[in-house]
Amino acid sequence: MFDTVANAASVRYRRRVWVNRLMLGLTIGSTAVALVPLVLILSYVVRQGVGALSVGFFTETFRPVTIGVAGGAGGVLHAIVGSALIVGAALLLATPLGVLAGIYLAEYRSGPAATVIRFCTDVLSAMPSIVVGVTAYVLIVQRTRQFSGLAGSIALAVLMVPVITRTTEEILQLVPQSVREAAAALGAPRWWTTLTVVLPAALGGIATGVLLAMARAAGETAPLLVTVLGNNQLTFDIFGPMQALPLLAYRYTEQPFAVLNEQAWGAALILVVLVLGTNILVRALTRRRAG
Amino acid sequence: MATTPPTAPAIRMPPTSEAHLVLEGLTLRYGARIAVAPTTLTIPRHRVTAIIGPSGAGKSTLLRALNRLHETVPGAGVDGRVLLDGEDIYGLGVDPILLRRRVGMVFQQPNPLLTRSIAENVSIGLELVGMPRRERAATVEWALRRAALWDEVRDRLDHPATSLSGGQQQRLCIARTLAVRPEVILMDEPASALDPIATSRIEDLIRELASEFTVVIVTHNMQQAARIADYTVFMTPNEDGAGEVVEAGPTEEIFTAPHNQRTEDYITGRFG
Amino acid sequence: MIATGQPVSRSHRLRRRLRHGDVPFRLLAATFAFVVVALLVAIVGVAWDGSAAAREAFGLGFLTRTAWNPVAGEFGALPAIYGTIVSSAIALLLAAPPGIMIGIFLSDLSPARLRGPLSLMVELLAAIPSVVYGMWGIFVFIPFFRGAIAEPVSRALGDTVPFLAGPVTVGRGLLVAGIILAIMILPTIAAVSRDVLSVVPTHQREALLALGATRWEVIRHALLPYARAGIVGGMMLGLGRALGETMAATMVIGNTPRIDPSLFQPATTAASLIASQLPTTNTELHSSALVYLALVLFLITLLANSIARLLVWRVAGAAGGRR
Repeated sequence: MFDTVANAASVRYRRRVWVNRLMLGLTIGSTAVALVPLVLILSYVVRQGVGALSVGFFTETFRPVTIGVAGGAGGVLHAIVGSALIVGAALLLATPLGVLAGIYLAEYRSGPAATVIRFCTDVLSAMPSIVVGVTAYVLIVQRTRQFSGLAGSIALAVLMVPVITRTTEEILQLVPQSVREAAAALGAPRWWTTLTVVLPAALGGIATGVLLAMARAAGETAPLLVTVLGNNQLTFDIFGPMQALPLLAYRYTEQPFAVLNEQAWGAALILVVLVLGTNILVRALTRRRAG
Repeated sequence: MATTPPTAPAIRMPPTSEAHLVLEGLTLRYGARIAVAPTTLTIPRHRVTAIIGPSGAGKSTLLRALNRLHETVPGAGVDGRVLLDGEDIYGLGVDPILLRRRVGMVFQQPNPLLTRSIAENVSIGLELVGMPRRERAATVEWALRRAALWDEVRDRLDHPATSLSGGQQQRLCIARTLAVRPEVILMDEPASALDPIATSRIEDLIRELASEFTVVIVTHNMQQAARIADYTVFMTPNEDGAGEVVEAGPTEEIFTAPHNQRTEDYITGRFG
Repeated sequence: MIATGQPVSRSHRLRRRLRHGDVPFRLLAATFAFVVVALLVAIVGVAWDGSAAAREAFGLGFLTRTAWNPVAGEFGALPAIYGTIVSSAIALLLAAPPGIMIGIFLSDLSPARLRGPLSLMVELLAAIPSVVYGMWGIFVFIPFFRGAIAEPVSRALGDTVPFLAGPVTVGRGLLVAGIILAIMILPTIAAVSRDVLSVVPTHQREALLALGATRWEVIRHALLPYARAGIVGGMMLGLGRALGETMAATMVIGNTPRIDPSLFQPATTAASLIASQLPTTNTELHSSALVYLALVLFLITLLANSIARLLVWRVAGAAGGRR
């Protein structure tokens, strides 16, 4: 019955209030439930990984496991070095590319060229990392008949470029148009304005974008699986197979030796601290700059 | 000719026997800042009461306190009482949801539900209270007729609400408000976003609605108040920046023989 | 000054020369930007080229054959495609309702102070590396799931309901993969939902509030219809992520290129098949088949993501373009 009188006792009203409370409860519950895996996974990684950490873990490289001998299997130095080199090279490749592409998209927004580039950036950003790895495999590993850290760097760089491009474009768009107009009114040419006025203002935001891309790349395993392969030796030769932290974690997990499993968790802990730490840092920096 | 001290408030609203809403010491805050100073006022039943005054006088804030929309702003605070037929709407246990069925609101910018059709817009309130679908059509037609929109939309009730002009959308919003049969209709500058022709249609509509509803309308347009309101309330910021009611009474008296110097200044255009 | 045709001051000539720097700069930036295009073209080209042998051998039948046998030279992609789609569909079904609910909570119902920290925590879920999800899956989730759900359910219902059939051995399979993928894509759906819901104009909310709607009714009748396209777009984005997810899937799905109706049985996905076999291929046909599979995977994810982009752009404009 349509209650023309606002009737607090009516069935309909009470049901509406009840439904309201239920749905609001569900939204709160969903959020709480989402945080459960976060807490579970992080606490497990910490618990399992802390046991593996020691000075030797960081400074020694792989030593073969001897059954029956206590003391473990060395450390993951070779993986740390490998990850640093591979991600570092990827950074060097991806940053200038991504930043300049982002500058182009931000400063020369309209026109068919920008549309095409933006479309390609979007497609690239959604590309499965394994597909990028396969491309690097065919182009480099098959051609050179060699797994190499460089092939992995190139694959990671391809994954990083769209992220850096998009962040750069967004940040540059946030720089108020009035800044550019003021410089133009003073007679400054466009390219000079972009390089010396707009870019410095956006540098902080661009840096955080690069940081985020780097953190994501550091945790990527799939492309490395098919390009870098892995290596038990400590090596600085980026043209040959190397070890990397996520690769090591994956391989050691599949091993039956508990010592290696533990090292896998140690590597996982390093990765988690690195990646999550970067995300939190970036969030804190962004908030400080914004307000 | 001013017969009372020029700056003292002069309230000459009808007696409480004709009152629909009674404000008693209503004070409205945003955080620590007082937006509306303690206000005592009666709103008469089945009349059009206009609230006029310069910007920043707290007119809209006061209006929104009457259907408890004011408190939905984070940090907003309310003191005092508002009696609807003798019951305090801010009393313990009063659910704003039920209140808002009895006190409806039309906004400055027409705000039809953009994803819904014309008929759905009018019937949304009926849907909420559980009126069966078969019965809704009759009420939708009644509301659209009452809002003087039926003839223009009767053939396209299922068209999107966005296909209407601004003036039509505002009448649609009025129809939407009418459909749930409120007792009081609050209007926050309902015609300020419309062209003169649409404005005049809305004004005719408001005059006509007063026969069945109590209308409280905020307007910055004095001539509009003079045209359509039975009673007029004049608000202005006091020296602390809070809005206060300076004078209230029958429209004709306010405009031809204001008792308060500040009222006279505003009406003759000396400020605001 | 300019109309006389006479070169005027030194500064004017200098400025003119400087302004000519506009063109080279634009060209430089454009060149780098087009490298992005070149990258995409390269990937597609390489995938096309590298899969040539397999495409010649199997044609489109590759997509419908069911036998994946490297030793015998038989390569059918259907088990991989089946596993990819089913695990991603499970992930989407499990993640979409809570994801949307979280988006509603974060955009509309949570206290302002909590909004930032809670959003951050949901995003951290997305930042955990895929291999860590896989490790947690192997050591924690699968043992738990096997004992608490898979074994009892398959014993009770496995004979009557084919997709719950046992026997449950290691515990890896489509359902566990779907669940872990669901956790991984939950943040995507939540974040996009939150973004598109927070740009719904206030006047739409007020219209419903003024009619005496409860908070949930405001969400249901004003916010959700307005943001519907964007929310579906967010779901498609999540789906796209699930389709391409490699490490977590590889580690918990069992790597068995077989189609089995039961969700408790091991299976494979395109991404995990490629990742586990590509480094150790012996024949050109084998690696070519894997590249062909990568091409198919790329097209599937491209489809999902294109739909997503279209929908999110339409609703949220600049705000939604971020993801």
